[in-house]
Amino acid sequence: MAMNPMEQFEVKPILQQPLLHIGGHDIYFTNQALFMCVVVAAVTLFLTLAMSRGRLVPSRTQSMAELSYEFVAGMIRSTTGEDGLVFFPFVFAIFMFVLFSNFLGLIPGAFTVTSQIAVTFALAAVVMLTVIVTGFVVHGLGFFKLFVPKAPFLLLILLVPIEIISFLTRLVSLSVRLFANMLAGHTMLQVFASFVIALGATGGILSLLSITPMFMIIFIGALEMLVAFLQAYVFAILTCIYLNEALHLHEHH
Amino acid sequence: MDLHAAKMIGAGLACIALAGAGNGIGIVFGSYLQGALRNPGAASSQTTNLLLGFALCEATGLYGLVIALIILFT
Repeated sequence: MAMNPMEQFEVKPILQQPLLHIGGHDIYFTNQALFMCVVVAAVTLFLTLAMSRGRLVPSRTQSMAELSYEFVAGMIRSTTGEDGLVFFPFVFAIFMFVLFSNFLGLIPGAFTVTSQIAVTFALAAVVMLTVIVTGFVVHGLGFFKLFVPKAPFLLLILLVPIEIISFLTRLVSLSVRLFANMLAGHTMLQVFASFVIALGATGGILSLLSITPMFMIIFIGALEMLVAFLQAYVFAILTCIYLNEALHLHEHH
Repeated sequence: MDLHAAKMIGAGLACIALAGAGNGIGIVFGSYLQGALRNPGAASSQTTNLLLGFALCEATGLYGLVIALIILFT
């Protein structure tokens, strides 16, 4: 009766023939690739359908799309100021992708794209590359001043390595945070689901007890919805904060 | 002690990290409530920081959990 709670994260090829051969590796079309396509299609459909008949007094779907736009725009304005709005398409795309893949993953049987470290790491790598490129384009070599906070010289010997390490670990922390949250939540749901089955299979009066982990699943499911939104929000706002540092270094906007 | 038992003990030990996350989340929300009850007018402006603090805190515990899972499943 013991189920493997990690089984749901397995990446399996859908088409048995490899799509491409690159450098001796076979590239398969996996369930992960399928669900990434589904996520992108869902976001595109939602936004285009909601805004297809743009009205001055918005309908319900149109106001949902406008709400998400205003939400991200407000987030960028409050963290980076008006000049950060150049990055609006970037941040909005990341926010919608993470949000939709988190929520689509909550549908039973669906594959959670963001529970794969490969996906979250790629997202974080794109964010950090954008930050570094922006920093060098805006400030030139002055971007290295990011690692030198205002402090007495003796403290700088200690602070500069810490600043550099904290900058480099952002890549790991940004990706592992999202990945670990999704992994932990879905594993927890699966473990409680296996409790239901194990208790139900005992037979007799004990099988009635299987209702308790059932309620637990409902509770955790609600919590997971909060986490799904919160992680997308945190990913987007940390992107904004890092972009703000690249744009303005240490000064406050 | 065989390798399997050592793995199980290691995974269990790695989950102690969640105690720190629990402490941290308690401090985040406790401090927010303290501040919010003293100055309710400023409370809504700090929800961003509240959620950010909560997520950053929770993540540190989950790093421990990831290490536990890595130990168990590799």
